[in-house]
Amino acid sequence: MNCDNVLEIKRLNISFMTDKKKINAINNVAFKIKKGEILGLVGESGSGKSITSLSILGLLPSPPAVIEESEILFHDLDLIQASEQQMQKIRGNRISMIFQEPMTSLNPLYTVGNQLLESVQKHQSLSKSEANDICIHTLKSVGLARAEAIMNEYPHQLSGGMRQRVMIAMAMVCQPEILIADEPTTALDVTIQSQILKLMKELNEKTGTSVLFITHDLGVVAEICHRVIVMYGGRIVEEGSVLDVFKNPQHPYTRGLLKSVPDIRNKQDKLYAIPGSVPKPGSIQKGCYFAPRCEFAKDICFENEPEFVQLTEDGHRSRCFLNENVGGATKNDK
Amino acid sequence: MTNKNLLQISNLSKSFESSKGFFRKVKNEVKAVDGVSFEVKQGETLGIVGESGCGKSTTGRLIMRLIEGGKGKINFEGQDVQSLSTKDLRKLRRDIQMIFQDPYASLNPRHTVEKIIEEPLIVHKIGTKEERRKRVAEVMDVVGLSPYHLKRYPHQFSGGQRQRIGIARALVTNPKLIIADEPVSALDVSIQAQVLNLLKDIQVEFGLTYLFIAHDLGVVRHISDRVAVMYLGRIVEIAEVEELFENPKHPYTKALLSSVPVPDPTFEKQEIVLTGEIPSPSNPPSGCTFHTRCNSCMDICKAEKPVLQQIQSGHQVACHLF
Ligand SMILES: Nc1ncnc2c1ncn2[C@@H]1O[C@H](COP(=O)(O)OP(=O)(O)OP(=O)(O)O)[C@@H](O)[C@H]1O
Ligand SMILES: Nc1ncnc2c1ncn2[C@@H]1O[C@H](COP(=O)(O)OP(=O)(O)OP(=O)(O)O)[C@@H](O)[C@H]1O
Ligand SMILES: [Mg+2]
Ligand SMILES: [Mg+2]
Repeated sequence: MNCDNVLEIKRLNISFMTDKKKINAINNVAFKIKKGEILGLVGESGSGKSITSLSILGLLPSPPAVIEESEILFHDLDLIQASEQQMQKIRGNRISMIFQEPMTSLNPLYTVGNQLLESVQKHQSLSKSEANDICIHTLKSVGLARAEAIMNEYPHQLSGGMRQRVMIAMAMVCQPEILIADEPTTALDVTIQSQILKLMKELNEKTGTSVLFITHDLGVVAEICHRVIVMYGGRIVEEGSVLDVFKNPQHPYTRGLLKSVPDIRNKQDKLYAIPGSVPKPGSIQKGCYFAPRCEFAKDICFENEPEFVQLTEDGHRSRCFLNENVGGATKNDK
Repeated sequence: MTNKNLLQISNLSKSFESSKGFFRKVKNEVKAVDGVSFEVKQGETLGIVGESGCGKSTTGRLIMRLIEGGKGKINFEGQDVQSLSTKDLRKLRRDIQMIFQDPYASLNPRHTVEKIIEEPLIVHKIGTKEERRKRVAEVMDVVGLSPYHLKRYPHQFSGGQRQRIGIARALVTNPKLIIADEPVSALDVSIQAQVLNLLKDIQVEFGLTYLFIAHDLGVVRHISDRVAVMYLGRIVEIAEVEELFENPKHPYTKALLSSVPVPDPTFEKQEIVLTGEIPSPSNPPSGCTFHTRCNSCMDICKAEKPVLQQIQSGHQVACHLF
């Protein structure tokens, strides 16, 4: 494994057993998280963003989930094969996660201090006062000035934005190599969201922690991510630097998505809308998953699944026959 | 759009009582809506924006009297909504319909789509069975659902389709005003655009008036003719959409607009950064409730509540700077 990558999903295939039928949810997903980067993961609801991230931490309930022919390399360890004991040493310590709804992951019965101290002391042997200092320092670093007081407060005494910051503090307190954030700001007001995004960017720059940032908000991606992965129907359809993907999107789904966002900077008369809706998982047997909604679809798109084609040296890739045939000739015809 | 007011709200307020603490019950009053005044003109879309908990939904529900006990005046087409009899209230709920945020929770899972859409007609005793059928088919067609969808159940539909069902149900009584409470927030971007376009199309077709509640400023700019910005139960600014987005006056509006993430990595954002936490609505700051986060706070702001006043034609601001 290249030492510039902190994590490499070599391949990932996830299915769910429902009514004795096995329904595929993630199909041959592969990507790398580079050291010190913020990688965005975007896509339609149900495209598999959350289960991809849960599988990295070994948190997918099985059954119903079935993970097959998969390999996720964290340094030299395959996280799919790792024992629960090995995973416990990694979770919350070397790889940590922030969930969408902060209340579900903070225990209402314990003070913020109790919970922070526990995660620090679980993974490092420190004296009580050393651990306490680290907690207070971390709370301050996420912009909670009243850190000492907040240590003694319960989650319900804090506002949504403060809780979310406590969650980030909790995820950062062990200085993880990777932070996975699943829609961490969706529930927040934009003025608070913007404070939290700044904070995550700062932490990323200061500590070199890599971030996998899951969101449906393309504005947020443009604002803080270095690279972005676009998912549709359990597959990666496009990947590249944020600049390449936003300024020169190649996959028709990515293009449609970017065009559909109502832009705050100017008023359009009519919004572009991708026709149709997302197919049910398992309902498409062959061909490109996006073909039924694609305005450029040709016969071949309903027959075969396109390859994930590399378009530029620095890793702009797209899974579409438009790109395949002509090797990137669609590059500039936006 | 005419200049006639369809709806006029003056000094609307509503407090909720909540108790805190497991053992010692402490009575806590939340001023969810605190002296709100605005009007909605015939045929226009008034957008209401503001952060979570600022009182947007409560305002919408008070207008339909889905929440009782509101203080202040609500005037719909010349009638005083607050003093309507049960019979007249029924009539009001025919003329004002609501579309809800959650297309999953707001549709009865045990009813067919046909029954769901027909229900308001039955409640209001409109038409014969045959006429109701015809009307249901009509609105289904308007929102782009096919006749073969009639006998299906909500769980067999995607989020965007369910929201179309909700819109069809709202349209079926031929209302004058539709209060849409975050109608696209739960939808994916690609589906959101379809529903927004549909709402715009039917507005033109049927001469509808919208009160459109949302927190996504891009969506609000797209759909609204005028926009009201709320903060902790109060309206802090109200103006025509272009004026509000191009020339915001209130420090909160300015900060809000400047912090919206723009889907363009080369865009240089001129962000106004706010400090301080959002105060608790049960314990709002004195004077101007925004003063604890405001970058231009003066002494008077801590002491005196600013009133909403007109600073130029059609542009009202509640701020001591003006
Ligand atoms: N426990 C489960 N049992 C069956 N199917 C599941 C389960 N969990 C997830 N799925 C399916 O896996 C697919 C991917 O789900 P996932 O939660 O990863 O989507 P997502 O991209 O995170 O969507 P969202 O943007 O809505 O959060 C969906 O089709 C979902 O229905
Ligand atoms: N039935 C109720 N009982 C007690 N408090 C309530 C009730 N309904 C609303 N509130 C409180 O009133 C305030 C305004 O709530 P409201 O639902 O109107 O906000 P909102 O602007 O619609 O927020 P959101 O964007 O989250 O939907 C909040 O502080 C809320 O907690
Ligand atoms: Mg998810
Ligand atoms: Mg609401």
